[in-house]
Amino acid sequence: MTSGQLMFVRDLATARSGDKGNHANIGVVAKDAESYEILRSRLTSVRVQSHFSGLGITRVERFELPLIGAFNFLLYDALGGGASRSLRIDTQGKLLATSLLDLQLRLAPEV
Amino acid sequence: MRVVRIANGAGFLGDRITAPRELVEAATVDYLTIEHLAELTMSILARQREKDPKAGYAEDFVEIIRSLCEPLKKQPQLKIIANSGGMNPLACAAAVSKVLKDAGLGDTVIGVVTGDDLMQDLAAAEFRNLDTDEPLSVLPREKIVSANAYLGARPIVAALVAGARIVITGRVADASLTVAPLVHEFGWSWDDLPKIAAATVAGHLIECGAQVTGGYATDWEHSHLVNVGYPIAEVNEAGETIITKPANTGGCVNFRTVAEQLVYEIGDPHRYYTPDIVCDFTTVELKDLGNDRVLVTGASGSDATSTYKVSLAYRDGFMASGQLLVYGLDCPAKAQACGEMILQRTAAAGFPLARTNIELLGQGAGVPGSWFWRKYQPPGEVMLRVTVHDPNRAAVEHFTREIAPLITSGPAGLAGYAAGRPSVRPVFAYWPTLIPKSLVIAKVQVQTAEKFA
Repeated sequence: MTSGQLMFVRDLATARSGDKGNHANIGVVAKDAESYEILRSRLTSVRVQSHFSGLGITRVERFELPLIGAFNFLLYDALGGGASRSLRIDTQGKLLATSLLDLQLRLAPEV
Repeated sequence: MRVVRIANGAGFLGDRITAPRELVEAATVDYLTIEHLAELTMSILARQREKDPKAGYAEDFVEIIRSLCEPLKKQPQLKIIANSGGMNPLACAAAVSKVLKDAGLGDTVIGVVTGDDLMQDLAAAEFRNLDTDEPLSVLPREKIVSANAYLGARPIVAALVAGARIVITGRVADASLTVAPLVHEFGWSWDDLPKIAAATVAGHLIECGAQVTGGYATDWEHSHLVNVGYPIAEVNEAGETIITKPANTGGCVNFRTVAEQLVYEIGDPHRYYTPDIVCDFTTVELKDLGNDRVLVTGASGSDATSTYKVSLAYRDGFMASGQLLVYGLDCPAKAQACGEMILQRTAAAGFPLARTNIELLGQGAGVPGSWFWRKYQPPGEVMLRVTVHDPNRAAVEHFTREIAPLITSGPAGLAGYAAGRPSVRPVFAYWPTLIPKSLVIAKVQVQTAEKFA
């Protein structure tokens, strides 16, 4: 039995993140149609929430923008109080996109 | 087909002060927008107005106008739309008018949009927190520092119709700065939703300045950002938009920079709420035309809601944050111990703190708990950052005095205390809510700089 190949999200997409009050969003733009499909099946809201388990996120919602091959992840309560109240150095979630690109996805094994 | 060219010269208060002039000198545009108001900028400006009734606007804008006097003389087509009025648009207009008058531009017509400030009318509506549904009555009235409705494009259009060359507003939705000139120039009906949607998408794409022209991009190595060009939206009468930048500037505009900005700081892309429309970003199509030009089409939307979003801020105690560089192979444990020591000494002095956070910068603190960092060897140095928040100013003040003493009373291998004590800053917490549009009356005043000065 072979386990599938590991791929970094950064090999499949670019991303940028920002704040919406105490919530954060990460926009992920796939590099091509094939990458979009891999991300669609593997980069689930559950996977993203577990990647950011240290942030105290209460919920992750994923939206699809197929016409431009992009996703928007909305990370609820991700920012430890938001721009004015957060005690973290990254008060506005600017680093979350870069961190998401470091996530590794296991591709389905070839049959 | 006729095309209107709208540029953006600032994406926040503090953006590059020379960008607006560089932009209008490098390209001929019809409108220059200046976006100066992030969510919490208003509360900072409110506090400035408390101290001085003539303050409370983005002073950068006065400097920007000073830098634009020559282009305004040479380029009769150039108009400016800015939300730099902040908490005090009329005072902003007076300050700008003085600069224009001194430059021989006293006949410039200025439009000022007010009516977004709800501080006098907080009893007018039953405000409820958008996230928690709590009523506003949970906050003591004296703690509230600012409450502003996000107005839309309509009052800006009214100012343009009345002949304004420079329009200064307080809190308006960022995209509305772009929607207004397009509705004015093309005479689009507010019911023509594909056009209002196209204008809203164009505004959303350029409102953060260089973020759509290669700034903030993942592929930063290829973007030549030193002299990054700020964005221009070329919009035709059919609502088709080309996002571009001035020739011979750094940065880049391609499918990726535009796609990333389309999904920047949004929630549900099917419903991007502005006062002008509920816009659907999922129908937008992008076509990279090469040469730093991307065609944007297909935006759609439905009627705007009957409410305005309100950005309300209240006083929420005080914060301070201090840093020390901790050196040596034992630096992670040593830095953590130093952080705890600072907090323990503050508590022992009679000041337990409500909220505290110790971060080891260089150890993955940027995204707490991110597993990726564990694969790396500990570095030989780490920056300790301790941040605290408490209702009692004296407690936070005391905390700031407990950092430097570690240099003689903590472990060896510490540096970086020469900058002095960190400053204590008041915290303005954000309380989002809605207000029925029928309860908000936008006012527009239009007259020459001569008269405003």
